[in-house]
Amino acid sequence: MSPDLAFLAEVVVGGLLSGVMYALVAIGFVLIYKTSGVLNFAQGAMVLFAALTFVSLTERGLPFAAALAATLAVMVVVGLGVERLVLRPLVNQPPITLFMATLGVAYVIEGAAQLAWGTQVHGLDLGIDDTPIDLGGVLVSRFDLFAAAVAGLMVALLSAFFRYTRTGLAFRAVADDPLAALNTGLRLPRIWSAVWIAAGIVALVAGLLWGARLGVQFSLSLVVLKALPVLVLGGFDSIAGAIVAGLIVGAVEKLSEVYLGPVIGGGIEGWIAYVAALGFLLVRPSGLFGLRAVERV
Amino acid sequence: MDALPLAAPRPRPSAGVLGLAALLVLAYGIVPLTGTSYLFEALLTPFLALALAGLGLNLLTGYAGLLSLGSAAFMAVGAYAAFNLSLRLPFLPLPAAILLGGLVAALAGLVAGLPALRLRGFYLAVSTLAVQFFVAWALNRIGWISNDSPSGIITAPGLVVAGLSFDDPRGRYLFSLSVVTLLTVLAWRLVASPTGRNLVAIRDNETAARLVGVKVARTKLLAFAVSSFVIGIAGALWAFAYLRTVEPAGFNLDRSFQILFIVIIGGLGTLRGAFLGAGFIAVLPLLLSRLGAAVLGDGFDSGTLEMVQRMVLGALIVAVLIREPAGLAALLDRAGRRLGRRAA
Amino acid sequence: MQPALRPVRLGPEGRRPLPRSAARPAALPVAGGSPHRDRAGLVLSIEGLSLAFGGTVAFAEIDLAVGAGEIHAVIGPNGAGKSSLINAVTGLYAPQAGRVRIGAEAFARVPAGRLAALGVARTFQNLALFAGLSVRDNVLSGLAAARRAGLGAQILGLPAARREALAHRDAAEAVIGRLGLGAVADRPAGRLPYGLQKRVELGRALVARPRLLLLDEPMAGMTATEKAEMTGFIRAARETSGAAIVLIEHDIGVVMRLSDRVTVLDHGRRIATGTPAQVQADPAVIAAYLGLADEDADAEAA
Repeated sequence: MSPDLAFLAEVVVGGLLSGVMYALVAIGFVLIYKTSGVLNFAQGAMVLFAALTFVSLTERGLPFAAALAATLAVMVVVGLGVERLVLRPLVNQPPITLFMATLGVAYVIEGAAQLAWGTQVHGLDLGIDDTPIDLGGVLVSRFDLFAAAVAGLMVALLSAFFRYTRTGLAFRAVADDPLAALNTGLRLPRIWSAVWIAAGIVALVAGLLWGARLGVQFSLSLVVLKALPVLVLGGFDSIAGAIVAGLIVGAVEKLSEVYLGPVIGGGIEGWIAYVAALGFLLVRPSGLFGLRAVERV
Repeated sequence: MDALPLAAPRPRPSAGVLGLAALLVLAYGIVPLTGTSYLFEALLTPFLALALAGLGLNLLTGYAGLLSLGSAAFMAVGAYAAFNLSLRLPFLPLPAAILLGGLVAALAGLVAGLPALRLRGFYLAVSTLAVQFFVAWALNRIGWISNDSPSGIITAPGLVVAGLSFDDPRGRYLFSLSVVTLLTVLAWRLVASPTGRNLVAIRDNETAARLVGVKVARTKLLAFAVSSFVIGIAGALWAFAYLRTVEPAGFNLDRSFQILFIVIIGGLGTLRGAFLGAGFIAVLPLLLSRLGAAVLGDGFDSGTLEMVQRMVLGALIVAVLIREPAGLAALLDRAGRRLGRRAA
Repeated sequence: MQPALRPVRLGPEGRRPLPRSAARPAALPVAGGSPHRDRAGLVLSIEGLSLAFGGTVAFAEIDLAVGAGEIHAVIGPNGAGKSSLINAVTGLYAPQAGRVRIGAEAFARVPAGRLAALGVARTFQNLALFAGLSVRDNVLSGLAAARRAGLGAQILGLPAARREALAHRDAAEAVIGRLGLGAVADRPAGRLPYGLQKRVELGRALVARPRLLLLDEPMAGMTATEKAEMTGFIRAARETSGAAIVLIEHDIGVVMRLSDRVTVLDHGRRIATGTPAQVQADPAVIAAYLGLADEDADAEAA
């Protein structure tokens, strides 16, 4: 393979894998949005909180598995807490109010995380050696592959959960028509609690992977800002959409950074995803997979 | 998009005008004579700039119902445009430079508002984030915007209007006060006008508004333009009257959220809400640091203060949204009504 | 003259579409006149209008004609396509076939933003008030299309703008007075009881003196007293402005008392048109619909 082509392939593959990481965060959003119509801006803060808790526990000597279990427990508590204290009182409010409430929650969680564990940067070692693998002349990051595998596993588990378990079926029912779900006896509050716990777990997985990649620091909570263009493109309520859109956003971002960046100026990855998503939206206002709402007058 | 929390009903006009007159007397007459430099520099001037920014955002998000997460970007555009104009056209009087800076921000707002013609709700909010990030990048990368200063830092020229120097704390306060008063009056007129009604109509039911004859696209763009104009001037005040040395990082996403919080806490869809919210936000860090020092003594450093402030702010947003979605403005109205009843 | 209808794949509820002969009203000797009247003097003329959402037909080949000063009721069971018809006439849905004539102009798709300028106003089945505006401001917003003064003139309070604002205010006050909303004129419309909200919506529609008024279930959810009041308002509107009024209504008693002519829809098809008495006696209508009305009448008598 010619060096230019190999380089292009590397950039694309790197972008796709990075996109998988975005999709990972986006899936947490989709879970909550699908079942309760809330766009949980605090998802990023939850990622940070999970990563910080885990890292701080391991640094204090806890073995990996114990730290993982403890962090899981903490995230469950956080998820339940947010659902019960913030979202349930606001249950009939318009979506935009709920969104602003999650902004507040994000601030609270971010502040609490750093108050509790401090503001220094921590390194997170998941035991994956990040030497690149050579696939036919294309260098691919071993860590990225691992992350992609984890993400794939999680999506597979979630899909199976939605399709084959009763709770999963209940999630889908509530997402489809909350009123009808209520009518069939589904306990909405219980389902919402379960959804938020699931989102907490997704945040934990994302937190560990992202933390290992970027280091655990405050800017981790800004990973949510990467997920938004993914959501916009893939539709806020589609897991498949989140994955496809994540791949697209990741690839576009990496390609722009490498090929467009030198022309326009460095650092465009901060906004290129947004502009790309915006451009796409203007053509298809409800994204790739999003359900177009029919307005009943 | 569903309606935002209902605006609190307006108080009787006579009470409002009287109250405003009293405030102006206080602000122009008493405060400049009795206030300390600290009061002007650390509290009043930033309060005025933030209140103005909140006013601008309230026009867009509170009245017209278009959620914007990129207000700080328009502050930056206003500040940097005014800076460039006063730098490269030295014959331009300062108020003109600031006014034109606002107009540049209005133009940016117009462009940023174009997605609003196709997008709603969360999608629109995300598009405003595109503006926020793009502007932040441009300020850092495009050299001539900051006169090729490293990391985009600029120093505002002195506040001299028609030969009179406003360059001391009291002068900067009075300058800001005048600008804010003027723009508030204009905003008041806008909100009470038929066009102001159109804004609320679009927010509450866009379909009905269209059928009744409101030019929806035009009105949305107008909302963006006017809002960005006001926010741009607020940014210019922030740079010229308050900080005087400005960097792009001061107009980041946190600042945008701060303005949004001002508007939520103060009261969406009200003019006084911007002032109430800004006052609250300006005073909060001072309150907290006094409180923290009293409770925790030396353990309460600036880092802790920052985190505590973050938590308190977030908790407050949640509390306001749960208990009184129409914000401090509604609380004030209720208190006023209760006082009125007791007096009667 | 009428454009050909695109083949309908599936009728409502999965049934095949009704055979055309059963739907063709010309087969019935209706003495009140066919819907195809002399075009001049008609304010609204719907010709062969058809609308489908994907595979579901909302309505097909609807003909309707309303003249100035005429109150024309559209009735039919739920799902008959009445609201969809009004929505299509007001430009919210794009019909697949047919024409809508408003006055002298004909449209394949009515431009919703020009409706007010064309002299058309409507109310909504599910209320479409501006909840954050006061009652007065809601009514005033009905004059949005009539506004000439620009933003600058409004803000600066220039004389032309002030005169216009005053004239509009007077018009709004007149309507508020006529509809008995004076006591609540300053309250936010979103906080009013349902019946008053319906009245405010009517006021917003009336203030611009439309020549065509489309009312989508204006009396839904009202008590008998409120219905009587509304009936009075609607009649008064016809008297004062000579508007043509299209009224979707379920209460047959109201329909019989209030309307000059009635069109009956069933499963998206027009099955009868005529005076209330004619329609009441029409066998097709009785078969499709008026059986329910007898229950209503019994319930009202009880």
